[in-house]
Amino acid sequence: MYRYDDYDQKLVDERVAQFADQTRRYLAGELSDDEYRPLRLQNGIYIQKHAPMLRIAIPYGNLRADQVRMLAHIARTYDKGYGHFSTRQNIQFNWPALERIPEILAKLATVQMHAIQTSGNCIRNVTSDPFAGVAADEIIDPRPWCEILRQWSTFHPEFAHLPRKFKIAVNGAKDDRAVIRCHDIGAEVVKNAAGETGFRVFVGGGLGRTPIVGEQITDFIAWPHLLTYFEAILRVYNRFGRRDNMYKARIKILVKALGIDAFRAQVEAEWAHTKDGPATLTEAEVQRVAACFVDPDYAELPASDAAFEAAKAENTPFAAWVRRNVRAHKRPGYAAVVASLKKTGVAPGDITDAQLDTVAELAERYSFGEVRVTHEQNLVFADVRQSALFALWQALRDAELATPNIGLLTDLICCPGGDFCNLANARSIPIAEAVQRRFDDLDYLHDIGDIELNFSGCMNACGHHHVGHIGILGVDKNGEEWYQITVGGRQGNDAAIGKVIGRSFAAAEVPDVIEKLIATYIEHRHADERFIDTAQRIGLDPFKLKVYGETKTAARKVANA
Amino acid sequence: MPKLIKNGQLIDDAWQTLRLAEGDDPAGVNVPAGQWLVPLAVWQAQPALAARGDVAVWLAGDDEPAALTAGLATLALIAVNFPAFTDGRGYSIGALLRSRHGYRGELRAIGDVLRDQFDYLTRCGFDALAPAEGKYTDAQLEEATRQLQDFSEPYQASVKHADPLFRRQRRAA
Ligand code: SF4
Repeated sequence: MYRYDDYDQKLVDERVAQFADQTRRYLAGELSDDEYRPLRLQNGIYIQKHAPMLRIAIPYGNLRADQVRMLAHIARTYDKGYGHFSTRQNIQFNWPALERIPEILAKLATVQMHAIQTSGNCIRNVTSDPFAGVAADEIIDPRPWCEILRQWSTFHPEFAHLPRKFKIAVNGAKDDRAVIRCHDIGAEVVKNAAGETGFRVFVGGGLGRTPIVGEQITDFIAWPHLLTYFEAILRVYNRFGRRDNMYKARIKILVKALGIDAFRAQVEAEWAHTKDGPATLTEAEVQRVAACFVDPDYAELPASDAAFEAAKAENTPFAAWVRRNVRAHKRPGYAAVVASLKKTGVAPGDITDAQLDTVAELAERYSFGEVRVTHEQNLVFADVRQSALFALWQALRDAELATPNIGLLTDLICCPGGDFCNLANARSIPIAEAVQRRFDDLDYLHDIGDIELNFSGCMNACGHHHVGHIGILGVDKNGEEWYQITVGGRQGNDAAIGKVIGRSFAAAEVPDVIEKLIATYIEHRHADERFIDTAQRIGLDPFKLKVYGETKTAARKVANA
Repeated sequence: MPKLIKNGQLIDDAWQTLRLAEGDDPAGVNVPAGQWLVPLAVWQAQPALAARGDVAVWLAGDDEPAALTAGLATLALIAVNFPAFTDGRGYSIGALLRSRHGYRGELRAIGDVLRDQFDYLTRCGFDALAPAEGKYTDAQLEEATRQLQDFSEPYQASVKHADPLFRRQRRAA
């Protein structure tokens, strides 16, 4: 993992001092609400329903054990004993007092953490593949490039007041696990025919009110030009992105308005001036950063561990957990483990201080002291010996982090929604829980198999509902909470936006509707066909028929509502 | 007299800013005697102003800085207007004037300019910072001049730092 040098540390310390002074001036009445707002937002502070929410950056989802312990300390000392992992691999605390946030930031700085640019109209935390460095299908490790982008985007003087927020994701494997085509910039690290490293770049993707899959702006930018090229994109956006209407201010609207070809031409005209300029990356800098991401000290192990195989054969719950929560690793004898934060009854992505402490300890004991956050709001121990899986499973089970549901229906993505978020149209957590309860039969869950259910409390789409195989979106109708359902969205290499199946539903109807969608799938599926593949093959109509054909009375109720 | 910060010093600001009202004709509007900052449209429509010596130009966010390239060497002052401090176009305009067009005269940020922006503005090439009159007391501005720079070694190359950190300093592996 990346470790700060003196320069990184100094910048973060200086930020703490800067923000402490800004907050002091705000509390003293020298800064107005309007003036303080962008300053606090660029330090991850929202004013939410109950208290300020503090969103702490977890660069591309990577955490060290000492950092996890600090998060536990913050949860315990400044919050109500828990935190919430977001779909952008960050963590949020819902209850800190504003006056104490400078103190929290000072403590975070002691473990090389911060809340810089986790909100506001600036370049946000860069996200990536939680299996980076260990996945068998990896072409190039994206993490050094993420770190280089993190440094470049941190306090960039020209891009602190963009028309709107700006999100970058980087993937370096055959499978896209970073949803790169749903970001303002998505980059895929690739090699060209000559074997040189570079980037295939997509722009203008995004969810939110106008979901759009990003378009390719270049099929290859050689690595030295990464920063100058991105700077050219950002400069065009900063100057020409719309500022008159916040709903039309994302870069996707500019790209759509100009068309990708004209947008590309503008970027290249801009880039022509800066290409090969001082921001061109050097071999030395890339090597310096990449040196932080070399393989840990792996042992030479047999491809399969006999005791592990035996435990799987003897212990059905363990075998079920292995099947869902353990992933193959590039090294023989190792595995990557997903700890589930989707236990029914707990808000998806939530974690307590005690669980965080446990995670830190387990990371140290079993996974070289590191852990990663996934955008599906789970945690990954990336480097676990097969021989340690049984012990790790037991420890995770004791900590209630071993629900064997990764990739299953109950492993749903869910934003904080109306219980916490000011922008929400509707609550999401209780409805998500009702769905989880409806599908509490593990055998049935496993029979349904791989499916992604994504839930957002409003069209800002923090729960990525558009790219869920099933998406649920909270909508407001005359002050009441309703839920719109989409089918057929997907993330990954063939990212697609789900289609609305029809009229929306009251909260109490949602579990029934999901059940009917699943029943439709079961009726139509071919052997071993996943929900999303069936949905793509048969189209929306069978789902609609099942849902609306059989809820005529409910539909009438909606119509009259 | 209103104050501004120039090269880190608090000084009197003798310049007044001319803003066009809806329907004003840039060619016909009268620029009175005295030191005036005029909109680009006026500057372009009234070439005689350039000869006066006490008239300078200000750019809006949607103005094209390249429009000034012809007269850049003779202009002693260019201002960039921030209609709202959250409107970041001015940062790019400043950076372009300095690094692309080679402008060396005074580059002034006017409009909704806040002290919390000084670090970024300075790095984008602004050497004069003129918050709206009455925005800050002289004492507050004095305090702000001691604090123009929030970050001692920023990562990026910019107008102020010709090189990014990784070329400026030797970073230990
Ligand atoms: S999707 Fe809407 S309700 Fe949910 S967290 Fe985002 S803004 Fe809040």
